[in-house]
Amino acid sequence: MLVSTKWLADYIDTKGLAPAELAEKITRSGIEVDAVIDRSHGMTNVVVGHVLECGKHPEADKLSICQVDVGEEVTQIICGAPNIAAGQKVIVARPGAVLPGGMKIKKAKLRGEESNGMICSLQELAIEGKLVPKAYAEGIYVLPADTQTGADALGILGLNDTVLELGLTPNRADAMSMLGVAYEVGAILSEDMKYPEINYASSNEVAENVLKLRVEDVDANPMYVAKVVKNVVIGESPLWLQQRLMAAGVRPHNNVVDVTNYVLMEYGQPLHAFDYDRLQTGEIVVRAAHAGEKIMTLDDQERELQAHHLVITNGQEPVAIAGVMGGANSEVHDGTTTIVIESAYFKPASVRQTSKDHNLRSDASSRFEKGVDPNRVEAAAERAAQLIAELAGGEVLQGSVKFDELDKTQKEVIVSPDFINNRLGMKISLEEMTSILSRLKFDFEAANGMLYIKAPTRRQDIQIEEDIVEEIARIYGYDDIPMTLPEGESTPGGLTPYQAQRRIVRNFLEGAGLHQAITYSLTSKELAQSFALETAPVTELLMPMSEERSTLRQSLIPHLLEAASYNVARKADSVTLFETGSVFLGETAEGLPHEEEHVAAVMTGKWLDHSWQGERKTVDFFVLKGIIEGLFAKLGLDHLVTFEQTQKDGLHPGRTASIKLAHEVVGVVGQLHPTEQKKRDLKETYVMEMNLAKLLNFSLEPLLYTPVPRFPSISRDIALVVNRTQAAGELQQIIRRAGGKLLKDVRVFDLYEGEKMEAGQKSVAFSLTYEDPERTLTDEEVVKAHSKVLKALEEEGNAQLRG
Amino acid sequence: MQEQLQQLKDEAIGKIQAASTVKELQDVRVAYLGKKGPITDLLKGMGKLPAEERPKMGALVNVVREEVTAVLDERLVILEDAAIAQQLENESIDVTLPGRPVKTGNHHPLTRVVEEIEDLFINMGYEIAEGPEVEKDYYNFEALNLPKGHPARDMQDSFYISEDILLRTHTSPVQARTMEAKGGEPIKIICPGKVYRRDSDDATHSHQFTQIEGLVIGENIRMSDLKGTLSVFAKKMFGDDREIRLRPSFFPFTEPSVEMDISCFKCGGSGCNVCKKTGWIEILGAGMVHPNVLEMAGYDSKRLSGFAFGMGPERIAMLKYGVEDIRHFYTNDVRFVSQFHRTEV
Repeated sequence: MLVSTKWLADYIDTKGLAPAELAEKITRSGIEVDAVIDRSHGMTNVVVGHVLECGKHPEADKLSICQVDVGEEVTQIICGAPNIAAGQKVIVARPGAVLPGGMKIKKAKLRGEESNGMICSLQELAIEGKLVPKAYAEGIYVLPADTQTGADALGILGLNDTVLELGLTPNRADAMSMLGVAYEVGAILSEDMKYPEINYASSNEVAENVLKLRVEDVDANPMYVAKVVKNVVIGESPLWLQQRLMAAGVRPHNNVVDVTNYVLMEYGQPLHAFDYDRLQTGEIVVRAAHAGEKIMTLDDQERELQAHHLVITNGQEPVAIAGVMGGANSEVHDGTTTIVIESAYFKPASVRQTSKDHNLRSDASSRFEKGVDPNRVEAAAERAAQLIAELAGGEVLQGSVKFDELDKTQKEVIVSPDFINNRLGMKISLEEMTSILSRLKFDFEAANGMLYIKAPTRRQDIQIEEDIVEEIARIYGYDDIPMTLPEGESTPGGLTPYQAQRRIVRNFLEGAGLHQAITYSLTSKELAQSFALETAPVTELLMPMSEERSTLRQSLIPHLLEAASYNVARKADSVTLFETGSVFLGETAEGLPHEEEHVAAVMTGKWLDHSWQGERKTVDFFVLKGIIEGLFAKLGLDHLVTFEQTQKDGLHPGRTASIKLAHEVVGVVGQLHPTEQKKRDLKETYVMEMNLAKLLNFSLEPLLYTPVPRFPSISRDIALVVNRTQAAGELQQIIRRAGGKLLKDVRVFDLYEGEKMEAGQKSVAFSLTYEDPERTLTDEEVVKAHSKVLKALEEEGNAQLRG
Repeated sequence: MQEQLQQLKDEAIGKIQAASTVKELQDVRVAYLGKKGPITDLLKGMGKLPAEERPKMGALVNVVREEVTAVLDERLVILEDAAIAQQLENESIDVTLPGRPVKTGNHHPLTRVVEEIEDLFINMGYEIAEGPEVEKDYYNFEALNLPKGHPARDMQDSFYISEDILLRTHTSPVQARTMEAKGGEPIKIICPGKVYRRDSDDATHSHQFTQIEGLVIGENIRMSDLKGTLSVFAKKMFGDDREIRLRPSFFPFTEPSVEMDISCFKCGGSGCNVCKKTGWIEILGAGMVHPNVLEMAGYDSKRLSGFAFGMGPERIAMLKYGVEDIRHFYTNDVRFVSQFHRTEV
């Protein structure tokens, strides 16, 4: 809503407040002023000129040489506008003027001819092109012939005005009108407002005798008022009206249409004008549309109607889509002489649906769909009749043609002052409360310690006690609310164990060298299941904005790979990212997808670059595996995790492992398949994904200390020759099982697959540590345990000691 | 013999002074003072002397021996010092060469903001509540006083999965679910999470973004409690000298509803480009929980009241760190994410 402060002054005395101060007060008490727009943009030296002569420029076809009387003198100005002509009153920017775009007007020579200023279009004065009357859209603006030459053009054009742009919340539909804003300002400033006086002479002819009205759909249209005005002369509106419309963001058309728009802005009540003769039948019937019925609307579009759309008809065919847009067949045109002014109450939901179906939102529909003031429907019709009589020379027929079953009762809200104060944490006196209600122009009665309030019908947002709390508070001022903290029992607060552990996981991965990424949950159908640990029916959007974001992901890896490619394409020599986030699988009994929280990582490029001391390493499988092992250790799960060779679509068949936690698969780690790498312009890249929920929900015994060993341990190293496909992890498990209680630790310390081995064989070396917490181990005990290990290795792992 | 002794002494001291390494010096010690050295020999040879000369001679030998030892020890200290100095010189390194890098990552800036807010409210006794990102229309809208047909729940603005299921458009359904689960009991929660709206991605819009909301329900929860709580939040999050102001606003799930501005943390309120010359920055929306919302979740709105607030970590991060384009948060450009490495307390 654009509010001209000059126009507003018709209804309310703003006590000489500067527009910015007024805006601040309005913002602080309930309606946000998004912008304060000085329509003059600081322009000076812009005057009314009278074009005395106008001839062609000898050197340029498109330029005219004009002799212009600017009041003080007659001066020569070159003008390029196609519609310039002698005799016109025009806007002249004189040398020294600075126009809104920053253009400085100077004396100049154009193709050898002197030019002392510029004749301006409205666009050059910062009026949006779409608001400029069509006749002047492509050229300079021409002022009425009686405009005083030499006068300040800004004043004549109403540009020495400031407009407040209101950012209205949906509950404040009442402020979608100048009167509504005046009420609001009146309450803030504690000022009474002035209503426009409606006063006109009507003819003896009775409107009901020329126009019949029938409303068939009472639910969708509980009130309809029509005024008939004869003998109107369609023409341009006076400048003051055009200016106000432009200030309000409405393009002037002709006097009748302009009046309906003016009253729309003034009262917040949308009006429509029909050409009575073009209605043909002298009848208006409001009814539901027939499915498939068609209408050509004012914007020259043919629209097909559905049964839930409400239409205004002439008893035969639609002449308007109710509350949304008029029909071309009954439009007011230059030759119109008799008009019907429609003012109605259309049910908000009906208009909302209709305007949505036709993708047509207008100043009218946006007001109807929030509910107009039932008590202004008729007044607005009268106001329009008055203005049309005044400005288009019409003769208003007596009375209205009216259908009215609209409920106009005021909503009663009963609230106690204590309730208001308790809710606010304040001590506002009853006197102050009633004073605020008076300023708001609410009817009320204070009795028995209660306030009986009747909210005006323009304020349909006032329904319950809490609404009154807000009204009192906002006018009283939120600055005066004290600052307290909730009383009552204090609560400990904190993270759940799951949330705390998730933070540990993130911190660990970050400490291990990975950056946290956040990627989109929505992906393409094609990528939704790629790399997924487990797949289930996908969850798809009904109306996706693009195929790329149409389906919920079942793996975090695809988008992490996108991030990796993005970074590599920008010359990152190393990408190490992880993400924790939900994947969406199948459907629960509740009808929602199962949401599982996963953790995933991608790593590629340099891992360690410390080349001056000879240390360099790129990411490989064991870098990522080591991080995963470290994470399991941090979570106390390291003794329960195993890695098993596996194969998975998209991953390298020889470099992929499933991650098992207590024999259950919880994740996967591996190298991206070379063809997938190539597809994404990636070099050797490793990924992992695990079901975070399974990791974090695993229940562990409480941590208890194990006594620090008091007796020395003994270690034995063995090198084994095994089949090349024999997994070291299995050998390790054999050793653990066979080693018994005394075996404290076993780790791989060497691997050899070189030419000294027989074909198909490799050597794996382990270091075993034996220890007895109770006493010093004897050689015999170690030999006994160790030989068991060697025997088991030979029998179960087909492993020979390397000679 | 006395002469011989004197000669030995001069000779030994000469060699001590000439020794240039600890090793040479040790050789001198062994040569002159050792068991097979000439001084020991002299002592051994004393047996041949007349008995009356022996004590005198013995004392003399000992004096020489002590003198030589003293000179030697003194020389030893000098040579050892020199040896250490030499070692230190040999071992000295160019400390300006780079250290062995320790690779570390860091929180995404949004997580950084979310955790900061979480921790701040945890210290005020809040718990963290989470819920599904795909929600029932009921929890996302209806339970929040947005009945079917309400303009704010346009199909065009939300990602629907079916008529009744959609990607949540705010984290408020977590509040609705928590209220329902708590069965009328007091609540003090913070709800962070991902939310989705049907927007085209550009510098200021993202179809996926983050929200963090708070909800307190209890006996006699007042608007002054909301204001006090938000003031504590603003000071802890943006600095002790931050002031807050509330402006009336509208949300379907609260009444009264407000928006909170904080005094600009860059210019302190005098006006700059961060606060667009107003001195104030809009940070969050809040209000007293609408009685319909309480009643729908089974709370007696006459007995209990509450407040709620919500904000966007993206906006806070953009303001706090001067990020100009919301898409940076979802591109995961390492050059962007790694800038949030250092800690701030």
